[in-house]
Amino acid sequence: MIPELGTFALVLALCLACVQGTLPLVGAFRGNARWIGLARRAAVGQCVFVTLGFGALVHAFVGNDFSVSYVVANSNSHLPVHFRIAGVWGGHEGSVLLWIQMLALWTVAVAAFSRQLPAAVVARVLGVMGLVSIGFLCFLLFTSNPFDRTLPAAADGRDLNPLLQDLGMISHPPILYMGYVGFSVAFAFAIAALLEGRLDAAWARWTRPWTLLAWSFLTLGIFLGSSWAYYELGWGGWWFWDAVENASFMPWLVGTALIHSLSVTEKRDTFKNWTALLAILVFSLSLLGTFLVRSGVLTSVHAFASDPRRGLTILIFLGVVIGGALTLYAWRAPTVGLGGRFALFSRESLLMVNNVILAAAAGTVLLGTLYPLVLDAFELGKISVGPPYFEAVFVPLMVPLLLLAGVGPLVAWKQASVAGVLRRLRWIAAGALLFAAVALGVLKTSWMVALGLALAAWLLLGTAFELAKRLRRQPAGTTWRARLASPPLGYWGMILAHAGAAVFVLGVTLVKGLESASDHSLRVGDSATLGDYRFSFAELRRVDGANYIAARARFDVTRGDAPVATLYPEKRFYVVQQMPMTEAAIDRGLFRDLYVSLGEAGKDGAWVVRVQRKPFMGWVWAGVLLIALGGALAAADRRYRASARRMNRALATGAPAPLPSFVVPLVN
Amino acid sequence: MKARHKRFTLLAAGLGALALAAWLVLAAFQKNLVFFFTPTQVVRGEAPQQRSFRVGGMVETGSLARQADGITVSFMVTDTAQRLRVDYRGALPDLFKEGKGVVAQGKLTSERVFVADEVLAKHDENYMPPDAAYALEKAKASRGAPGQAGEPLK
Repeated sequence: MIPELGTFALVLALCLACVQGTLPLVGAFRGNARWIGLARRAAVGQCVFVTLGFGALVHAFVGNDFSVSYVVANSNSHLPVHFRIAGVWGGHEGSVLLWIQMLALWTVAVAAFSRQLPAAVVARVLGVMGLVSIGFLCFLLFTSNPFDRTLPAAADGRDLNPLLQDLGMISHPPILYMGYVGFSVAFAFAIAALLEGRLDAAWARWTRPWTLLAWSFLTLGIFLGSSWAYYELGWGGWWFWDAVENASFMPWLVGTALIHSLSVTEKRDTFKNWTALLAILVFSLSLLGTFLVRSGVLTSVHAFASDPRRGLTILIFLGVVIGGALTLYAWRAPTVGLGGRFALFSRESLLMVNNVILAAAAGTVLLGTLYPLVLDAFELGKISVGPPYFEAVFVPLMVPLLLLAGVGPLVAWKQASVAGVLRRLRWIAAGALLFAAVALGVLKTSWMVALGLALAAWLLLGTAFELAKRLRRQPAGTTWRARLASPPLGYWGMILAHAGAAVFVLGVTLVKGLESASDHSLRVGDSATLGDYRFSFAELRRVDGANYIAARARFDVTRGDAPVATLYPEKRFYVVQQMPMTEAAIDRGLFRDLYVSLGEAGKDGAWVVRVQRKPFMGWVWAGVLLIALGGALAAADRRYRASARRMNRALATGAPAPLPSFVVPLVN
Repeated sequence: MKARHKRFTLLAAGLGALALAAWLVLAAFQKNLVFFFTPTQVVRGEAPQQRSFRVGGMVETGSLARQADGITVSFMVTDTAQRLRVDYRGALPDLFKEGKGVVAQGKLTSERVFVADEVLAKHDENYMPPDAAYALEKAKASRGAPGQAGEPLK
């Protein structure tokens, strides 16, 4: 009964989405206040019914309802309850429902936190989000309903894929989807602005906090996925440039470009067309990512072609959304003014270069991801594009980007003095070069490592220099506490994210340049050495888990005579899926991770064991977390709320309305 | 500098950056594309000798052997028409099994031994690596004898 109610709730949600996606848009066009007012109520109603549907699916999983096919495919009665809940998004249907749930939550958030915006703008934004929701709800209900029954009911489920039975599965997909779907807000604001024909600084200001928040979630989501792969896949890799990862990385790159270009649009009222285009592109890439991961096209292009219902539907949807948005853009964008002027050497032009580089980087990832699929689809041969390609392309693109990130904040808006900036850069450049020289001379690292270290030092020093300059600018006698409180949160967000990028580059450089690994064949009592660490295979015993049995080894790690760590890697066997799994053991440290994984056992009791030392691995994670935190801080900036209050007051006192966008360049 | 000149300079810089990116991409593409061959193609000598490529098919039942060092393994990959010996040093993926699909990436050393630096097995019980399935399909199609490819393909 509950699953049928779930379907019913989703059908009602679809009806409300249809209301939300049409009437408010028409109302905003015609100036009909009642239809405009429908937007909020329809959005809240839709969210309630989507949540009911989602709750019904959770209920089916928690209650082990094995008459629902999707539950049978992704759960088992022996599965612990938190993994049964995570099983909701363990497969295709549930993932799409999670997508819709996230969209509904973002929509309600926009409805709730945009009271200060003009009602017509909110109506357009919610209307566009309603249209997106219609597409996904139709896709779910007509091609992949998670509530489809299998009668007679199965005795038990086929279990969740053991690779997915991990805490990462509970947090990674929802957070990643929060990011993906969050870009729909930026998209909806851009479409709304294009519909109205008003792309201006106010639009950028409204969009910015949403975009920053979505981007933070996406960063965090990618971090969770990557760190999960690091310990769960068992062999110490953490980024493989495979299509699923690239699908989330492309929106991240374009999203990074977007948050930078939005700052230009808000502060200087320029780059408006470009910003709108980026907002459309970033959401298009989010949709493309969903398509790549969810259509089955990666498993086999031909399976996709022979069972085209799902894939084709989502492809058509993709075409309608992207094609429609770009058509609207092509029609409206030429009427938007150019906005504030700026000199050749100014923060605007540096940010433009930043945008070009990030867009080019996203383009290279797109090519490397889609090219093999296209070739395969047209039977032109089977190829794969692996990490060597992406590394060869990415490093040369990131070098200028990191150099720019160190300089950019020091350069003034509108017009900057080359000599002044060069004078400030002297010490930063000297520090970076010194750092690299020490690395080369003392640590005897390779040139590539020295380059990476120099870039990290450059960015870190540049950021620190900028912060010091800003804090010193207060009048003499200001207390430190007041100095620290003076810059807005948005500024702290930028500082934190740039510092995070520097920490990340440092970590990646050192772990890629200095990591070591070796494979050994060991029996209990044997030991292996790696550098100055000694790994002794001390013990092996059987452990019974909830739905698996495992061989658990104990490794005592020593350095010289000093004990360093005790590690317990496992080889598990999941009974229901008859599937073995390597569960690696990691000793994490500030300057290095030690990583042990068990391969397969031979007939003579010898195990293949891989031991690894990964220097500065933790810095990679710390860097990414700092970047995500920076985005979140910037999204929380008081300015976005304060400006709204100011505008309300302006409207209430009958102050002149903001100038239409086409007048602004004339006034400037 | 006039606004027109400025815009032109920015445009030129942008185009220059794009051209550089395009050049980098194409050069890297040329060098790093990894082509896929079936065991039949390798035996026929169609695969390159120096360059890294991928080969896929099924692990022949009973062919898996560990060498004296306890770490290096060798096994035969077959597309049911031809077979190829693959050597690999290190731990095999969890889902590597005799009689199941596999894809290996590496180089051909002598006439018939493929030294892999990466071995990929299927992700779960539901499907084979797409390339392995493709190799079996192709061998089956060329012989025109259905139903001999072993496991049903998906």
